[in-house]
Amino acid sequence: MSTPLFTGAEMVVKALSALDVKYIFGYPGGSVLDIYDAIFQQKDFEHILVRHEQAATHMADGYSRATGEVGVVLATSGPGATNCVTGIATAYMDSIPMVVLSGQVATSLIGDDAFQETDIVGCSRPIVKHSFNCRKVEDIPNVIAKAFYIAKSGRPGPVVVELPKDILIPENKAEFHIETKVKMRSYNPTKKGHPKQIRKAVQAITEAKRLVIYSGGGIILANASELLTQLVETLNAPCTNTLMGLGGLSGTHKNFIGMLGMHGSLEANKAMANADVILALGARFDDRVTNNVKKFCPNATIVHVDIDPTSISKTINAHIPVVGLVDIVLQQILDELSETKFKPNEATLNDWWQQIEQWRSVKSVSYQQDNNKIKPQRVVEAMYEITNGQAYVCSDVGQHQMFAAQYYPFAKPRQWINSGGLGTMGFGLPAAMGVKLAFPDSHVICITGDGSIQMNIQELSTCLQYNLPVVIVTLNNRSLGMVRQWQDMIYGGRHSSSYMESIPDFVKLAEAYGHVGIQIDTLDELDAKLTEAFAIKNRLVFVDICVDEKEHVYPMQIKHGAVDDMWVKKGVKA
Amino acid sequence: MRRILAILLENEPGSLSRIVGLFSQRAFNIESLTVAPTEDESLSRITIATKGDDKVLEQIVKQVNKLIDVIKITDLTERSHVERELLLIKVLAMNDKSRTEVKRVTDIFRGSIIDIGKQVYTIQLTGDADKLNAFVKTLAHETEIIESVRSGCVGIARGEKALRV
Ligand SMILES: Cc1cc2nc3c(=O)[nH]c(=O)nc-3n(C[C@H](O)[C@H](O)[C@H](O)COP(=O)(O)OP(=O)(O)OC[C@H]3O[C@@H](n4cnc5c(N)ncnc54)[C@H](O)[C@@H]3O)c2cc1C
Ligand SMILES: Cc1ncc(C[n+]2csc(CCOP(=O)(O)OP(=O)(O)O)c2C)c(N)n1
Repeated sequence: MSTPLFTGAEMVVKALSALDVKYIFGYPGGSVLDIYDAIFQQKDFEHILVRHEQAATHMADGYSRATGEVGVVLATSGPGATNCVTGIATAYMDSIPMVVLSGQVATSLIGDDAFQETDIVGCSRPIVKHSFNCRKVEDIPNVIAKAFYIAKSGRPGPVVVELPKDILIPENKAEFHIETKVKMRSYNPTKKGHPKQIRKAVQAITEAKRLVIYSGGGIILANASELLTQLVETLNAPCTNTLMGLGGLSGTHKNFIGMLGMHGSLEANKAMANADVILALGARFDDRVTNNVKKFCPNATIVHVDIDPTSISKTINAHIPVVGLVDIVLQQILDELSETKFKPNEATLNDWWQQIEQWRSVKSVSYQQDNNKIKPQRVVEAMYEITNGQAYVCSDVGQHQMFAAQYYPFAKPRQWINSGGLGTMGFGLPAAMGVKLAFPDSHVICITGDGSIQMNIQELSTCLQYNLPVVIVTLNNRSLGMVRQWQDMIYGGRHSSSYMESIPDFVKLAEAYGHVGIQIDTLDELDAKLTEAFAIKNRLVFVDICVDEKEHVYPMQIKHGAVDDMWVKKGVKA
Repeated sequence: MRRILAILLENEPGSLSRIVGLFSQRAFNIESLTVAPTEDESLSRITIATKGDDKVLEQIVKQVNKLIDVIKITDLTERSHVERELLLIKVLAMNDKSRTEVKRVTDIFRGSIIDIGKQVYTIQLTGDADKLNAFVKTLAHETEIIESVRSGCVGIARGEKALRV
């Protein structure tokens, strides 16, 4: 009996099934029509047809952030592939595992400026973890398996696979072999932390008088939230999260001192500035956190746990580096602590907590209801109350993103989904759709602004096609609020191109796309109408809320200052 | 400080462009870069001469190591090593006097004349960058340089230490 032969297109589909893919997000075009034909003839996974390839990447990304699985995208060569670039960069900056399968013109035409030819591997080189130019039919399954392995292991990230048309067509067949357990001589990410470094880290932690745990997106990516909670409780230490790390420790945990950084809480930034030991776990000392690196916590011993050596001592020098997967390293630290029968020193801890409580009492994350307009912060609070703090909150980029981060305490990891590193407007809606696919029975909110929502609004059509009833909450301030805030603070209030005279009627727009639109204009109708919106289960609801356009995000670090140099409100320094 | 990095990587299409791209993307300096397959055709070896302080160099090494294709990277300048570069240089040799002078300088530097034209000599010289610089400078005193090409340096550690899979 002869072994069956398959076309490249069939191999793509078979490989994806072998890798347990449930959804792929894409848009067809000439170079990938063979793959689309193969998809049509299988039942293992569902293809979601978007309205713009950028949205496909964000959808795959949102799906991945909520589930931990690799997000998969399929795009045609040329414009399809280049439309993916922003989404690939977004995933790259936040270390999200993603595989982008891109069509390419036939091998014989590559380099000829053929119709819809772009070198997508070249275009995406600085924003991928790795990429493959696949050139042989028989290579397809293992290239895809490798792409998944690379995307997901170590520090996760996007991988691009370029598939020329001639290796997909029916004329070209080969045997199908796939090795799902990938081994590569050039890529073996570390797992465990070096025992000597673990001992040093534990010594520093246990001798600290003013310890702060600063945890980031790595905790979420590593599913290490329970271990983090255990460590925080064992040490009874204060813990702050980055924007990407929110939900790593529950936002309602008594040891949680809020987000740190540019729009972090005063207590978090003060604790960092006054700490004698900082334990950084899966966080990368981003400039939105550190403020001026020269003034950053000069007296602290920094213990930095990260899977990626390049994250360590990149911006801030680490005294005790630990390279390893943070879940494994946390377990190593906990084991070492229990072996040495560690008990925190109550007296020093008390002093430290008293100090922190003082900073906390400033209530830096607060706002004043000083007029009868709807405050954006109040909307987030209402959202929290109505959803019992259990919703998936997917955000776009701007003031609304910061308000959501500040006023919706996330109980669990993966509940907060936003573009932190690249700050991609247009991320929110497609990301929410990816999440809704994964968790159809949960509330999935897209919190957005009148600017951001218009950057992928065409996906309202996809939502109808696949019945993705997310709740879109637009904090409509008739302006590019975050830009406007900077113009108010730094550019003498000159609102150059930061407001829009021609915002559409979002309610009508939602209705035109076949959804429900709800308009909220006054404070007294806010709670009732928002409750009504969340009660609608099987239809997408677009809630357009007219909020106070003058509201700024506070607290805010003072430019070029230390981590704890902050404005707590307009004109008031901490 | 000048450093010489030796990189062993998969000999795959695109792997060189990733290295070059990385250096430009992160604003790392490249003074010279040489690349060729090793005796094992599946591997390439790159030598990069670069400049940077300790902090920058630490990032360069880590970032290069992070590339999926890269198997190993080492900073040769950390230890005792041998460094060589090849120079081919074409100079004017019009009359007996300049021919003698060019020959004399070439001998002193232990170079060899590898081609002769009607009015030109082509000389080959290997050595470290300092030696090549000195040679070129001296030659320029004696005659006119028409064309020159340098390979960029390659390097290898002294003694038992080796960069291999
Ligand atoms: C408008 C706006 C305002 C912002 N304001 C703030 C702000 O006030 N505060 C703030 O914090 N951020 C803010 N950000 C976000 C900021 O730009 C960065 O995205 C964020 O600070 C980075 O978070 P992180 O350090 O947790 O790193 P991430 O980008 O989440 O990186 C994760 C780190 O963990 C490592 N890692 C990944 N997986 C593992 C593993 N399994 N084991 C170990 N390590 C692992 C990675 O190597 C990486 O170093 C803002 C963004 C925008 C758009
Ligand atoms: C694609 C993209 N373009 C530009 C920016 C710069 N930017 C950051 S926030 C912002 C304004 C966002 O306005 P809106 O979505 O209305 O939210 P708001 O700040 O008003 O809440 C802009 C333009 C960006 N982050 N992403």
